[in-house]
Amino acid sequence: MTPNSGTGTSATRRLGVLVIVLAIALALFGLRFSAEDVVQGSTVRIMYVHVPSIWTAYIAFILTAICSGVYLSRRQRSLAWDRVAGASAEIGVLFVAVSLVTGSLWGRLTWGTYWVWDARLTSTAFLFITYVGYLAVRRLDGTHRQRARRSSVMALLAILEIPLVHFSVNLWRSLHQDASVADPNAKVKLDGLMLFSLFLGLVTFTLLFVWLVLHRQRTMLLEDSFADRGLDVAIAERRNEAGAQ
Amino acid sequence: MDHAAFILGSWIGTGIAVIAYAVWVLRRGRALSKHASTEEKPWT
Amino acid sequence: MSSMKSRRTIALAVARKDVSIELNSRILTNQVAPFAAIVMVMFAFALDNEGILQRVAPGLMWLATLFSMLIVVQRSFTVESADGALDALRVAGVDTGAIFVGKSLALMVQLFVLEILLLATAVVLYGVEMTAVGLLEAFVTMVVATAGLGCVGTLYGGLAAGAKGRETLLPLLLLPVVAPVLIGATRATEAAFGSGGTAVSEGWPWIGLLAVFAVIFAVAGTVAFGPLVDE
Repeated sequence: MTPNSGTGTSATRRLGVLVIVLAIALALFGLRFSAEDVVQGSTVRIMYVHVPSIWTAYIAFILTAICSGVYLSRRQRSLAWDRVAGASAEIGVLFVAVSLVTGSLWGRLTWGTYWVWDARLTSTAFLFITYVGYLAVRRLDGTHRQRARRSSVMALLAILEIPLVHFSVNLWRSLHQDASVADPNAKVKLDGLMLFSLFLGLVTFTLLFVWLVLHRQRTMLLEDSFADRGLDVAIAERRNEAGAQ
Repeated sequence: MDHAAFILGSWIGTGIAVIAYAVWVLRRGRALSKHASTEEKPWT
Repeated sequence: MSSMKSRRTIALAVARKDVSIELNSRILTNQVAPFAAIVMVMFAFALDNEGILQRVAPGLMWLATLFSMLIVVQRSFTVESADGALDALRVAGVDTGAIFVGKSLALMVQLFVLEILLLATAVVLYGVEMTAVGLLEAFVTMVVATAGLGCVGTLYGGLAAGAKGRETLLPLLLLPVVAPVLIGATRATEAAFGSGGTAVSEGWPWIGLLAVFAVIFAVAGTVAFGPLVDE
């Protein structure tokens, strides 16, 4: 192993290569080999990145909640749980953003508009804002323990909030029958190759998520120990860049 | 392919977002680990 | 461990303390209430149509409530961290659940006063007319919605309490969480006002939603407030 391998290990490097290979395969299957949908036509190809990204976001937020719960429930509270929770939430936010953008592109083609006030879309937007807030709470000043406590309580509260918002937005929408939107998943009749592409997407994105979480939580550990030593992360980074040139 | 701009746009957009984030994390990790002791890097 | 009775005593003492601080400073009456009123006037400028105003009056009233609530919550925790009162209570081993209930009660009282004023403003400025049953329904809506808002406000106020930059963070944290209250309270108040020909009876299910919200966050707050504020 090289002296400065960053946050990588041989395991993450192997995983990284696997993700790249899978991503190339996904692009081939999703954009080239799979057929167009009877109803949706070519727009179904957006689904091969859209569905895996929202799937990954859900996994990320569930992992955040689990790690936060574990952090709070242990008597010996380990900050490792908090870092995994934070890393996972950050990646979750990235993927919700991706799925909102790809979703609205799909919506423009299918519904003719980027956004509809559908219950699912609206609660996804709330999901995004909630975890942006979670990340902001993590950046509040204070000790690592304070950060961990605040953010893990918030992650658990989000588990209460999201279903409540979804439920009330659902009620709200049910008053306006005209805007009812056909369920995008119900419309798609997936043949074998399309189903395979979608499945490949889910696997690729999930492994990508694992890879990102591993690296991010290690970076967070470094950030934490830098803060403990009173070093400025930004200065270290800059010095590094200057040295590289 | 119909709607190529939208479809490729969503694929490329996704790719750029993910790669940019991954590169940011890796570079940051590399920069920080240069100044870190082995005890601070339990994965090595 | 404190018994049920002493918990209630503590909660009431905390609530009384917060309300009396408020009565002395008069921030609510001299600053927050005028702010809420000017928001209502500005809505009228923005919409510029009496028919529309009457139709959307319930939504505007609750939006003004939520905006004002942000200020009141901010204030409720600035008072605590300024003189270290929260720390003192905590060090003395006072039950954090009781502190939560007390602070929520004080917040509810202030919000309720504010809502009464906003309701009156809506009636006067937006030409809202109500039946007796409608008035009762508006009143119940306000009570139940305020219960939920008080709990959520205290919980998220405590989350950011004492940290730098919380003034700008609180709206981001609080507004998404209170969206169900905005939806529920607006629909219930629409029924109470009869906006857009809504019948009074259509409002009660929405009050049910508000009640569920209040109960969930009252329980969550009592449990979560301890881990939030203890050092």
